This record gives sequence, structure tokens and C-alpha cells, in this order.
Amino acid sequence: MATPKYIHFDTLSLHAGQHPDEATGARAVPIFQTASYVFKSPDHAASIFNIERTGHVYSRISNPTNAVLEERISALEGGVGAICTASGQAACHLAITTILGAGSHIVSSQSIYGGTHNLLAYTLPRFGIETTFVDPRNPQAFRDAIRPNTRLLFGETLGNPGLEVLNIPAVADIAHENGLPLLIDSTFTTPYLCKPFELGADLIFHSATKFLSGHGIVIGGMVVDSGKFDWEASGRFPTLTEPYAGFHDLDFVEEFGPAAFITRARKEGARDFGACMSPTTAFHVLQGVETLSLRMQKHVENTRYIVDHLKDHKAVDWVSYPELPDHPDHELAKELLPRGCGAVFSFSIKGGRPAGQKFIEKVQLFSHLANIGDAKSLVIHPASTTHHRMDAQALEAAGISEGLIRMSVGLEDTNDLIDDLERALRASQKV
Amino acid sequence: MEIKLKQQTVYAFTAGRDIDANKPAVVFVHGTGLDHTVWTLPARYFGRHGFNVLAIDLPGHGRSEGPLRSTIEDMADFLIEILDALNIDQAALVGHSMGSLVVFDAAARYPDRARSLALLGTALPMAVTDALLESAIQNKHDAIDMLTIWGYSQSAQLGGSETPGMWMVGNTMRLFEQSDPGVIYNGLNACNEYRDGLKRAQNITCPTLLILGDRDIMTPPFNAKQVAGKIPDSSTVILPGTGHSLMSEKPDAVLDALLTIV
Repeated sequence: MATPKYIHFDTLSLHAGQHPDEATGARAVPIFQTASYVFKSPDHAASIFNIERTGHVYSRISNPTNAVLEERISALEGGVGAICTASGQAACHLAITTILGAGSHIVSSQSIYGGTHNLLAYTLPRFGIETTFVDPRNPQAFRDAIRPNTRLLFGETLGNPGLEVLNIPAVADIAHENGLPLLIDSTFTTPYLCKPFELGADLIFHSATKFLSGHGIVIGGMVVDSGKFDWEASGRFPTLTEPYAGFHDLDFVEEFGPAAFITRARKEGARDFGACMSPTTAFHVLQGVETLSLRMQKHVENTRYIVDHLKDHKAVDWVSYPELPDHPDHELAKELLPRGCGAVFSFSIKGGRPAGQKFIEKVQLFSHLANIGDAKSLVIHPASTTHHRMDAQALEAAGISEGLIRMSVGLEDTNDLIDDLERALRASQKV
Repeated sequence: MEIKLKQQTVYAFTAGRDIDANKPAVVFVHGTGLDHTVWTLPARYFGRHGFNVLAIDLPGHGRSEGPLRSTIEDMADFLIEILDALNIDQAALVGHSMGSLVVFDAAARYPDRARSLALLGTALPMAVTDALLESAIQNKHDAIDMLTIWGYSQSAQLGGSETPGMWMVGNTMRLFEQSDPGVIYNGLNACNEYRDGLKRAQNITCPTLLILGDRDIMTPPFNAKQVAGKIPDSSTVILPGTGHSLMSEKPDAVLDALLTIV
């Protein structure tokens, strides 16, 4: 036997989870646009329902096109399995509700996507799940905030929009010392730039709307299970370690071992909450994933070019990007994100809010919208949009000044992007 | 369920059902470094279809206490100890990889206890490469890498899981990673040292089915021919495009094959 070799990232991006369709020979992943699936017999149906045979029952729970995407992202992340969801928010919700219930508590980074902040700070408390927000640059703060009822630690690989680099190994160690899993939102970095499971994280979710798909034409999310967390040893997760009345007293750890979390998420969360991804959306995301490494390389290359142009610009107060030596997390970024720190960065224009608004009015190639990770370059003013529900104190805690501009650099020619920026910057300084 | 033996408390997955003396029994035995969860789907099927199911964790594996049994014969004796503890006279014995040697040996030395026999991913002898043994004795992750990669067909290494959304290679690796130091080497060494099996094949009196993958590079079908020829009442099913991880790669085809013998 030759030396064993795992299949590499770029190959998995193109092939994982799919073989040419046996019935038709189709090389591309077919879109199985169907709600349900014909059973061969009553016993066949019962066997699939009772997890004795494999197969699909209803596309809210699983679908063959979605299954390819689920395998592919799981392969790229190094997990045991994944579930496609209707959005990144649905993925976050599915990850949390699979293991938390009323009376439980989350310790979360305070520098997170505004939508996630809303979910944790305002919505989940109505259902009895509370969150304490802490400074992601201070792992000790995660430890200090843990309570007897804490069940999850959470952060983003890169904070939003301040780009704080989460020290995943340190926070994961704290989580594990306390018998808790670490959930990571890896949307900004994708598995090409960061593999949180290799750094110690236990669960990942993505907004697949962003860099995974890269075209800005779909809304979708992914939850990925590392299969590494020992739910039974922790003793704090009855949804995975005790009989589940909603599925004939199934004990997920007993029967599915490393796949306990992702199996419960499908058998309960996908079934009951129903935030499923359309198979056509899964197809579109797959088209993006096929070129993930190429696109991420180009995103990072373009971002570095533009950051370099802006960092000493006379119209710019400051630029925040972890690859810059003056970024507080520069050294950590070099360690955890050696391939690059992504394509999102923030900067502040001289002249405050009026100058910022003029800048946004005047850019043409950069589109003013609430998204990141498009192949096209994007720009937004977080204080008035993505983070508008945060009060001044929360904004300050999250490192968001009123004049802060967030950019998501696309794949255009950098000469054209610079021309566009220069035009808008000049206009901003005439306000 | 927990089963108390003289030396230790061990575990067998029963598909959530009590043992009923009036039902036929089927016993599943996993390979080295793995546990009962590799049998969850067929165990659930046979449990719902009127069988006493025992997907056992070998000593020191999964939820069973140690100490490890260091030879295939010791593991076969362990299997019989479980049947004795539960007052089960006879069972269909199903084993995969190292587990196939365990049930083979049990059926050969205790022929009255085997109603039928299914050997998945089997070969006799089941020689293990020096490189794998060397890595395993040092508890290197290389051993897990070898078992995981060689454990799947080339095709399955790209996925295509029949269970939606599961990355088979990742799940198998995690299972191996859960095993305590020394467990994988103990099993591999037991397989490698089990050299008298062929001589015992003629003692097997029950119907026997070999379920093999034609892309299995750990126990290639060619290496199973010898044992198939020496078991008096044996037949073989070869699953196309399938590697050594049969229950993961082709769970439904494995179940269909088992239905003909269990």
C-alpha cells in the first residue's frame, strides 16, 4: 500500500459529496427540485423514517442537492456532517437550539454581526436563553462570564465590523476546561482562510450568502459539526445524551457517537423549525464553492492592495485590517490566518459622518448595500444600517464609531477600484 | 444496555429494546478502534423486526470497560460470555473487519451458538502492514490516517454518503480518535496474529455469508476467497465500488445482504 493521502482542499471544493449522476451521467450536481420522495414499500418508508435505511423523506429535512453541499462544506471544514439552512441566521439559531433551552446561558463575543447580536440580546431571552457579551480580545473575559447554566461559548473568526481576531485556541481551551463547546461564525474567513475545528472549535456556522457562494444571488446558511466534543463527558447536554421523546426515546450520543449533534439538529431542528435551504439555492452555493480558493486568494490580494492605498491616505483617519502592523491583533492574525485576513476591512474618513455619507454617495463601482462577500465590491455605514439597533454604548463596545465605513472588497481590477475610491474620497473632503 | 460480566461491565446497543427470550438474536461486532455505532442502522432495523439486537462494544471500546482482550480467541470468548450472561443460546453473528474474525472464531469454536454467520470486510489471514502496526503501537495519528483512508474506496473518499449530509471520512476518523491509547494497536495486532483461522473454518456448521467490497484495499475480496472455500456452507456477496467501510459506504446494500442470512 502506498502512503495514505487525504484529498486536498481544491479537489474537495470541486468534488466532495458528488459523483456523476448514475441515472443520467450528469457531471454537474443536479437540482433535485422536489418536496418529497417516493417510497418503495411501506416497510421501506418505515425504515427510512426510523433511521434504519438511508434516504430522503421530505426536503425540509434533507434533499439530494443540499446533501452534496452539506458534505462538501463538512469536508472542507474537517467535520463529520453539516446541514444547509435558509440563512446564516437560521444556521446560528439551529446550532444554538439543538443544545440550549430555557434557563441556559451563552457567553458571546460582543463584536459580532448585528443580526446575531439581535438574536442573542433581544430575541432568545424571550425564550429563556440569556447571553453575556464579552471583549473578544480578552479570552479571560469568556472564562469570567461562565455561569453554572452556561452551555455555549460563541465568537466570530473576525469580529464584525472591527475585525477583532478571535483567539480560537485560547477560547476553545477555556470552553473545554468548563465542559462547554465553542461555536464559531466563520463567514468572514471561509475554510480557505481559517479552519476553526483545527484550532479547537466544536461547531461552525456560515452565512453561505457571503464568500462561500460569492455571487450575492442567494440567502443560505450552514451548520457544521466537528464531531469532537464529548457531550456525554460534559454531562450538560440532555438533548444529546438522554432519550428524546420526540423520536422514540432516541439517545443521539448512544446511537450516533461523533455525529450526535448534527443528527439531532436534522431530526429535530430541521424537522420542527423548518428553516431549510432551497435545493436551487444549494446548487448556486455549490457553484461558488467550486472556485472558493481562487476567489479568496483574489479577494485577499485586492484587499491588501486597497488597504495599502488607504492606510496613509490624506483623507483617511485610520484603516483597520489585521494584516496592518498597528492592528491590535496583528500577531495573532499572522498565527491563525496565515493565508490572509479576508476581504472585509473598515476605515474612517476625515470629516466624520457627513464626509462618510458623501463618500458612500459618490462611489460607483462599490455598491452601497447590506452584505459582504460578493464578487463585487461593497460598502456600508454600519452605525446606520447593520448595527443600527445597537445603542451608543453597545456600538462603542463593539468598536463601531459613527464615521466608520466597512468595505467588502470584490474581484474587480484594483486600478478601477482605486479610481472609484479616489473620486469618492475627493468628494468627501469637500463637504 | 449494560451487561455485568465476572471481570467487567460492558455495553451492547439493543436498539432501545429489552431482551426477549422468545425472539431470535443477532449480535454485531465492530472492528478495531470502533464501536457499536457503526451498526446503528441495521441494529435499529432488526430491532423493529422482531430480533433481540446486541451491537456490542468489545472490552476497552466504546462504553465497555477494559481490560482489552488481546487475541481474537479472547474476544470470541468474550462474545460467548455475553450470550451466556443474557441466557441466549444461539444468535446470528455479524462482524466487520476484526469483528469478522471474532464472530468467525466464535462460530468455529462454539458452533452450537451460531445460528448464522455474516463476515463483512474479512480476510484470513488478516495481515497488517508493518507501517500500520508501527504507527499504532506508538499511538500516532498516522495509524488513524491509514485506517481511515485505506478504509474507504477511492470513490468514497470524495463522499457521496447515502446518509444525507454526512462526511463519512470525517466520522470514521473521529471514531478512531475517540479510542484510548493502545486500543487500535491491540486490535491490529490481534488480527495480525490470528493465523490458525483457516484450520478452524471447517468446524463452522451454520450458513455463512461473506459481504465484501470490490474496492476494499485492506481486506481485498481475493484474500477472502480462501476462507470462503473452506467454510462448508458459505456464499459471497460483493458490493461494487465499495471499500472496507461497508456499513458506512453502502448501508442499504449491507442491510439487504444481511436480510438473506440473519
